Amino acid sequence: MTALAARRRHPLAGVVLVLLGLVVTGVLYALLAPGRASAADGQADDVAKGRALFVANCASCHGIDAAGRNNAPSLVGVGAASVDFQVGTGRMPLEATGPQAPQSQVRFTPEQISQLAAYVASLGPGPGVPSPEEVDPANGGDASRGAAIFRTNCAMCHNFAGKGGALTRGKYAPNLDGTTPTHIFEAMLTGPQSMPVFDDQTITPQDKRDIIAYLKTTEEQPTPGGFSLGFIGPVNEGLVAWVVGLAALIGCAVWLGAKSS
Amino acid sequence: MSGHTPAPPGASGREVVPADRAGALPERFENPGLPAHRLRMGDVDPKAARRAERQVATLFGLSAIGTLITIVVYFTVKFDTPMSFVEHLSRLRISTTGIGLGLTLALFGIGAGAVHWAKTLMPDEERVEDRHLLRGSDADRDDAVTILKEGASESGLGRRPLIRNSLIGALALVPLPAVALLRDTGPMPGNSLSTTFWKSGMRLLTDPQLQPIRPADMRVGSVAHIVPEGLDKAPDYLEEKAKAAVLLLRLDPGDLDPKSQPGAYEGIVAYSKICTHMGCPVALYEQQTHQLLCPCHQSTFDVTQDCKVIFGPAKRALPQLAITVDADGYLVAKHGFTEAVGPSFWERG
Repeated sequence: MTALAARRRHPLAGVVLVLLGLVVTGVLYALLAPGRASAADGQADDVAKGRALFVANCASCHGIDAAGRNNAPSLVGVGAASVDFQVGTGRMPLEATGPQAPQSQVRFTPEQISQLAAYVASLGPGPGVPSPEEVDPANGGDASRGAAIFRTNCAMCHNFAGKGGALTRGKYAPNLDGTTPTHIFEAMLTGPQSMPVFDDQTITPQDKRDIIAYLKTTEEQPTPGGFSLGFIGPVNEGLVAWVVGLAALIGCAVWLGAKSS
Repeated sequence: MSGHTPAPPGASGREVVPADRAGALPERFENPGLPAHRLRMGDVDPKAARRAERQVATLFGLSAIGTLITIVVYFTVKFDTPMSFVEHLSRLRISTTGIGLGLTLALFGIGAGAVHWAKTLMPDEERVEDRHLLRGSDADRDDAVTILKEGASESGLGRRPLIRNSLIGALALVPLPAVALLRDTGPMPGNSLSTTFWKSGMRLLTDPQLQPIRPADMRVGSVAHIVPEGLDKAPDYLEEKAKAAVLLLRLDPGDLDPKSQPGAYEGIVAYSKICTHMGCPVALYEQQTHQLLCPCHQSTFDVTQDCKVIFGPAKRALPQLAITVDADGYLVAKHGFTEAVGPSFWERG
């Protein structure tokens, strides 16, 4: 010990200390990071880390116990899927108060999101994050059947091609283009914000995969009839016909009537 | 130019207002005649005329190019080899767009060229041609009157009352078949507007999967779109579905209005999906506000107030379908709707 104390002013002492710190961090990381390898320990660790993230980033609105306050809902029982959707699409943490939380920049790494989700899932039973196979439209997803389910259950808000639409008082159903299959699945499972829940019993996981297959097919599909005009339908087509078409006709009529110079 | 009317007498052709009557309207406006003819650039400058000629030729040339584009696109974009559906659609898009643009150019080029030709190069002097008199000559008018009189006397209507009276009778009867035919244009609706497919004990099935539902399948905040059991076998399926479609929602039982409690099951309520305004499907459910919005005219119904109208043109609340569970634990209708669903009609009262 005295030898160590004597050398603490050695010019290389700082370097050694930094190296030591790096090694310790690396070893700890190697032990703790692959949390899924050692099931129980890793999960408990995720919950602890998730709780730390929650207290630092979410508790100011949702409360230190996640039981909700004023306008922020209780998170007890919302499940990991809800956290993965809300935080994974950048809707949470909320950027500003408004009619609804818009999709925005994602603030956390996938690892942090799964830690947050593990913490919230530990508060009460709720829907978990679906596995990649469960949401993969290639896993038996039938776009045609999905279209029929989508038209009855989703199209009135999200538009028949998933392009979104208006709700009351500034709220809206978002455009679904570019949304990952996991997030679409989670949204149906958890009913974020204004959207209702579509349970696995009424819209089965197979139905949900069919819907995802339909949305992905529509997203990639070219529009053979000409410009899609945002797939909004007759309103947009009427607007173009009246503004562009009529303006062109009036222009032609004025030209026909004008004298040549 | 023999037809060219010279400017009318009075130099400018304008009414000259005497100084003492300045500001007052003249008794009568004189015909101002045609404005002085203005020569176009092409009339005075041969260069401009040649330029206009080239422009017209260019427009006709563009038309020819458009025709070629149409033909080339039609024959080069091929659909005869096997290809994926998406590939087929993208080729279809190229073909449609190319043919459309080509034909537009071909037709518009000819039209625009012809108009430009007429406006810049063809003679543009104004001509006046008087209309001929509309009144016929006296001799023609007398002839016409004579013919009418002769016809009337030759038909003998005045002399043969039997023919006249039987003709009047036949003309009076002729509209009667129309009354009989119009009466039979369709069966009267009877009570079909007041009734739906729902009967007591009918299971609630999801639309379009047609699966029965247990109360435990619905979490708070969830919705399901519902049709009655057996509807898919109904002969007039679409007419029946248009009346029987139902939205099933689960709320916290404490949120429900006491009026809707008797027809609810553990916070699960079923309401007609057909708007009471114009019959659109009211299915835009906002889970947090518990409001149902109709996409057609923005009528808004509050599920926590027994689907009372809180905004928009609808006048009546959405009818509730009373539900319960059967012996197997599946949700069923307690009885059919107790009032007519959908928009108002004459006999509804």
